[in-house]
Amino acid sequence: MRAIHILQERCVVLPLNNVDTDQIIPARFLKGTVRDGLGAKLFADWRYDPEGKPRPDFILNQPAARDARVLIAGDNFGCGSSREHAPWALLDFGFQAVVSTSFADIFRGNSLKNGLLPIVVDSETHHQFSSNSGCEVTINLETCTIIRPDGAAISFPIDAFARHCLMNGVDELTHLLGQEEAIATYERRLP
Amino acid sequence: MKKRTLFEKVWDEHIVCPETEQTPAVLYIDLHLIHEVTSPQAFTQLSELRLGVRRPERVIATMDHSTPTDAPAPGGRRVVRDSQAAAQLRQLQINCDKHKILLHDLDHPQQGIIHVIAPEIGYTQPGMTIVCGDSHTSTHGAFGALAFGIGTSEVAHVLATQCLLQRRPKTFAIHVNGRLPRGVTSKDLILSIIAKIGVGGATGHVIEYRGSTIDALSMEERMTVCNMSIEAGARAGMIAPDETTFAYLADRPASVDRQKASERWHDLRSDEGAAYDRELTFDASDLEPMITFGTNPEMAIPIRAPIPKPNDNVSVQKALQYMGLSSGRSLLGQAIDVVFIGSCTNGRLLDLRHAASVVKGRKVAPGVRMFVVPGSQTVKKQAEAEGLDHVFRQAGAEWREPGCSMCIAMNGDHLEPGAYCVSTSNRNFEGRQGAGGRTFLASPLTAAASAIRGTITDVRELMGAP
Ligand code: SF4
Repeated sequence: MRAIHILQERCVVLPLNNVDTDQIIPARFLKGTVRDGLGAKLFADWRYDPEGKPRPDFILNQPAARDARVLIAGDNFGCGSSREHAPWALLDFGFQAVVSTSFADIFRGNSLKNGLLPIVVDSETHHQFSSNSGCEVTINLETCTIIRPDGAAISFPIDAFARHCLMNGVDELTHLLGQEEAIATYERRLP
Repeated sequence: MKKRTLFEKVWDEHIVCPETEQTPAVLYIDLHLIHEVTSPQAFTQLSELRLGVRRPERVIATMDHSTPTDAPAPGGRRVVRDSQAAAQLRQLQINCDKHKILLHDLDHPQQGIIHVIAPEIGYTQPGMTIVCGDSHTSTHGAFGALAFGIGTSEVAHVLATQCLLQRRPKTFAIHVNGRLPRGVTSKDLILSIIAKIGVGGATGHVIEYRGSTIDALSMEERMTVCNMSIEAGARAGMIAPDETTFAYLADRPASVDRQKASERWHDLRSDEGAAYDRELTFDASDLEPMITFGTNPEMAIPIRAPIPKPNDNVSVQKALQYMGLSSGRSLLGQAIDVVFIGSCTNGRLLDLRHAASVVKGRKVAPGVRMFVVPGSQTVKKQAEAEGLDHVFRQAGAEWREPGCSMCIAMNGDHLEPGAYCVSTSNRNFEGRQGAGGRTFLASPLTAAASAIRGTITDVRELMGAP
């Protein structure tokens, strides 16, 4: 995983609440055995009509979305299925962060493990971003702040360990493998 | 001594390294369930890192999501026509062979949906930590296990270390009291709980279901409740084990040394006066059969109630538009195309008995296709021994091979665009049962009644006098 410190990218707004992972990547695209290539199917049923042609009214098909790297999403983004294909698809499409007022637990965990930043902000901050589609968003992991369109730097919460992993480009498995002694000790106690 | 909840007892017992501000806890996992869809990339990661599976005897695999439900030719084997699905299934076989993991493949006599087979074979036990790359792992909490869904990266973590890094979730007690009225099942109960607290209502929490209503439920009904905990955003759902649990476990093939285990199991309940982060009390005695009208499980209403007005709620507006419904009237009489009985929510023997009790001696309405998909081979055999397959076939329903089937529509069973389906599964998300398909979630009773009339029906109208 590559290390992330500061992200400065343009955003696009998807103003719906409770977007589930079945919408992010429909189940019929989960039959592969690799992680790559899912970006083409991101939000497939919203992006394409039944003939496979892009729907011009869907936000990600509009020119403004082309180089957006931050998704401004509604409450409880990523609910439903645990499929890690959801953050894989978002990353493969080009997103590097999702900003919302809340995330579903499993989606948030899956995103952090893949270097997709799930940033939780208050509703006022969220409102500023969602009414400024296309604006630039600066996310600073060193200071744990996000810069709002009005220039204010707002702190966001992030787990200390997840932050450490993101900033150093290390993954959790490395840390777990380092606990071998404790795990072996625990296993000796098992009935 | 500190008074602890059921969750805290199970959590504490599995701590390998305690949580600090800087690092999450290292939590030991007793049982790891895997299936074909969310495991291949995890095994790839293991080989890339040249790691093995630490405790293969603690891993159980099945094939369920992308498996066809067509009957094999007599004496033959089940055939997978979709080449991608076939490749995925083959990969699971290879991975399990290589790492010596017990696999319930398509021809295994106990094959079935992972959350149906693990409890029925007896792998699922009270007090365990159980994970699976699947959000409905919450089902196993019905036994007083701490069971939750994980992503594929975490599947790799557990394969390699038998542990997970976890922050301690919060606790949420839902007290349910009163007797479920006639025609109202545990599916209706959990749908009304979700309608009340919302699809994100329990995010970050482990729910413990308690109270007289829960005590009176069978294990199958408890599994239906815990199964849908994730639809309220909960990390897990749990129910303290009791005599009902112990009786269920007594004749499971994979049961452990009962004497020794049951001493530990009896302590698995929240101490009197233990504190929860949140609590909610719920009265079950005035519940009605529930049905969803929208595109997530919180958009559920009593079957006679009018569809609510969206006002400025964009998500509800969008849901009604997708569903082709307008607010103000009830769903009764709404024409349907398909009925699906199955899934890890309602694909167990009791569910099939419920559906069969309604269908018996009647015919599925012309133009309606009714799928009955047992949750496992074991369920299928038990149902056939009781003659339920006959009841369904006589009525004109299809009796199929076990699998997830139309719950997720990965295996070829799917709705046509625009089709309406009453489904006993757990998700009415847009396209969940096939692109453009429109789902009404309900109990097996409601689904069966709707199949008979061809329209959404209050099952109580078809039930004899009490
Ligand atoms: S039946 Fe449905 S919810 Fe259950 S495991 Fe299968 S796909 Fe998931």
